[in-house]
Amino acid sequence: MQLLLERRAERSRRMTLLSPLIAVGLTLLTGAIIFALLGLNPLRALFVYFIEPLTSVWSIEQLIVKATPLALIGAGLAVSFRANVWNIGAEGQFTAGAILGGIVPVFFPQWQSPLALLLMLALGILGGMAWASIPAVLKNRFNANEILTSLMLVYVAQLILDWLVRGPWRDPQGYNFPKTVSFSGWQLLPQFSLGPIYINLGAILAVAAALALAFLMARTLKGFEIRVMGNSPRAGRFSGFSRSRTVWFCFLLAGGLAGLAGICEVMSTVGQLQPSISPGYGFTAIIVAFLGRLNPLGALVAALALAISYLGGEGAQVALGVSDKIARVFQGILLFYILACDTLILYRVKFLKSSSAATSPA
Amino acid sequence: MRAKRNYLLEALHMVKVFGKLHANDDITLRIKAGEIHALLGENGAGKSTLVKMIYGALQPTSGEFRWQGEDISIASPAFARKLGIAMVFQHFSLFEALTVAENIALAMPGRFNLAKLSEKVTTVSKEYGLPLEPKAVVADLSVGERQRIEIVRCLLQEPRLLIMDEPTAVLTPQEADQLFVVLSRLAKEGCAVLYISHRLEEVKRLCHTATILRQGRIVASVNPAKETAASLAKLMVGGDIHVVAHQRKHRAGTVRLQLKDLNLPADGPFVVELKNISLDVKAGEVIAIAGVAGNGQSELFDAISGERPLGRNDMICIDGEPCGLSSVNDRRNLGAAFVPEERLGHGAVPAFRLSENILLTRHSSDPSLVKSGLLQKNGATDVSDRVIKAFDVRKGKPDPEARALSGGNLQKFVVGRELDRIPGILVINQPTWGVDAGAAATIRQAIIDLARQGTAVLAISQDLDEIFEIANRIAVLSRGQLSETHPAGEISLEQIGLLMAGAHEVEEARHAAIA
Repeated sequence: MQLLLERRAERSRRMTLLSPLIAVGLTLLTGAIIFALLGLNPLRALFVYFIEPLTSVWSIEQLIVKATPLALIGAGLAVSFRANVWNIGAEGQFTAGAILGGIVPVFFPQWQSPLALLLMLALGILGGMAWASIPAVLKNRFNANEILTSLMLVYVAQLILDWLVRGPWRDPQGYNFPKTVSFSGWQLLPQFSLGPIYINLGAILAVAAALALAFLMARTLKGFEIRVMGNSPRAGRFSGFSRSRTVWFCFLLAGGLAGLAGICEVMSTVGQLQPSISPGYGFTAIIVAFLGRLNPLGALVAALALAISYLGGEGAQVALGVSDKIARVFQGILLFYILACDTLILYRVKFLKSSSAATSPA
Repeated sequence: MRAKRNYLLEALHMVKVFGKLHANDDITLRIKAGEIHALLGENGAGKSTLVKMIYGALQPTSGEFRWQGEDISIASPAFARKLGIAMVFQHFSLFEALTVAENIALAMPGRFNLAKLSEKVTTVSKEYGLPLEPKAVVADLSVGERQRIEIVRCLLQEPRLLIMDEPTAVLTPQEADQLFVVLSRLAKEGCAVLYISHRLEEVKRLCHTATILRQGRIVASVNPAKETAASLAKLMVGGDIHVVAHQRKHRAGTVRLQLKDLNLPADGPFVVELKNISLDVKAGEVIAIAGVAGNGQSELFDAISGERPLGRNDMICIDGEPCGLSSVNDRRNLGAAFVPEERLGHGAVPAFRLSENILLTRHSSDPSLVKSGLLQKNGATDVSDRVIKAFDVRKGKPDPEARALSGGNLQKFVVGRELDRIPGILVINQPTWGVDAGAAATIRQAIIDLARQGTAVLAISQDLDEIFEIANRIAVLSRGQLSETHPAGEISLEQIGLLMAGAHEVEEARHAAIA
């Protein structure tokens, strides 16, 4: 038997939808094998990891909390990646947004007004945009590879945050713990009840962003421009679109959304600035974008799926005694399978009888 | 057994089904060593499918192959190459970022030494009259030059069966003649050649046998030397072919497109510099620019379309309006339309549906397509349907992706998209390369009809038959310099050949010396 990939005339619509499902299936299978090799009962382990997080109201709230930053960042990255703008540094833009938005509670802890809330959100967006504009400038001006520049800026942002919370921004009443004052009142996101479930403003913003970007991509000239530039830059130039404008737009958009995710995270779950404010949402959102077919609405669904891997990781640590780093393992395996399965969209797999290949020439 | 040994390759009862379409329906083809065998047929007749199966790139639904009398199945292109089958594709499979030598190295089995290979490339390309610079980066080369790479790559493999998919579509008459010498020599050395072409005259000249396909079936197998071009064409299309009607005498109107001392320095090592190009194209006339591939054609196109910025605003005027510094869309809004050489990836986005490809060049000039930043999908579909109908674009689905169309049909669509606007100026680069006779006639007729309505048409082409068919005046581009224009009725093939060789450059140098 010989395996052959045959090019399809067009992208397969069916495979566009099936490919992420196949990838999830293969991830579960691989996960079962890993659990079995660890000496665990694979079925029980998979249950703890993937099903249990969905069984209580509390864990569903947690799921939404974890999915919110993933969806916000993932939607922006989906648009960027469509344009072949490879912003890998959303984690840094997330951190920059949290830092800039954090100015309000750090310097004006007593200021309680809806304006404080709005200002913090706006500063969060601006912080993310500012951080993202660095790789954009380097790309347009010097043609520097944005994958490297945006990635390296992640560590710069994290170290600045680290320095701030250990130094100038440290809470004077904080017993020398590396953290700022706790945010309170209008400096935290308001919550809304959805039946028995409570969600915060961030989740609503994430859904709104996904809807808006889906509309942008499908129905507007800007979305068309982004898709053309990603598909064939030469045709884009012929169409009168500018590459540098696309790079700017994508970095500002994805950076702004990552910054918004960052400020929302510190205004809800974290409630203060501290050395670590994210379990790697900015990186996981890359997987979210791909699992969601580089479609902002798809990213919303994918964010929920990836949120399970975080919760499952925590659950598995408690119930099974495995390291919560297992979450990263699953995320990596999933990305690997998604990218592999995407081959099926433009190619079909064929099996050839091996006898033919054995016939010797001449 | 002995009798069968006469044939190098036999393809027996080949069937290939795509969905409901029988691309090949019981085709039997036999090729002898030392034979140049033509495969004729319109686009979509099944030629490409058949040769892709022979090359192992597609697997037949049913049917069998014999190689020197022995049953085989050709599982992959690698296996085909091992047999000694080499192929020059119509759409080139080259890596743009790599050099000529590196691209060739990729196709060679086993280990290689790049320096030695470069030497070999130079020798072989010189020997066969296909000049190539091994260190040139492919992205900087013209279509014609890229094809030379493909041909040289095949020759280096010392093939026993060479498949050529429309090799002369992008060559000048001189280059084509040179290629025929190469092919005849290969045939004498015992290599079989399977030759796909739309150019019936050259098939008559070159080929020993011609097999003619129509709608996936063999309709005839003839000795082309004993046929006329007209009788071959009739077999191909199953009827008489449309002859392009042209009024030689035209009444040229006002100047609509003016190039004034257009200069454009080279922005890469293998990009041609444009020097002092001046040209007036008047309403109602077609000016054709002839020339060998890689003499500045794509640079000139990019300069006129605005894809590469110019130094001064008055280097180009459209209807008297200087626009040398304007963007491509500003020029479109002045009434200009452009059709580039490369259909896939330049003139159209391969992964986009036809209706979306309408938007590509018309989003700023057509208010029915975009309203306050929002796409009007119905508007785009209407235009697309209109173009498809007017130009008889054949497709498998209502609104397919551009890459699913055959070359000829996509070209009709890309040309039709611009002509549908009834532009004041049309600039078209290689209007019909790699397009079948039927589609080419449609496109050329449409260009002539457009000019009759008062449009100024500038066509850049390497196909001299085409140029004489459509042009009122002819100029020649050579090493980035444009000759004077000559009325089509007053210039001979020989004169054009001299200009291609750079006769006018010398003239200019002499003028400069006198001044």
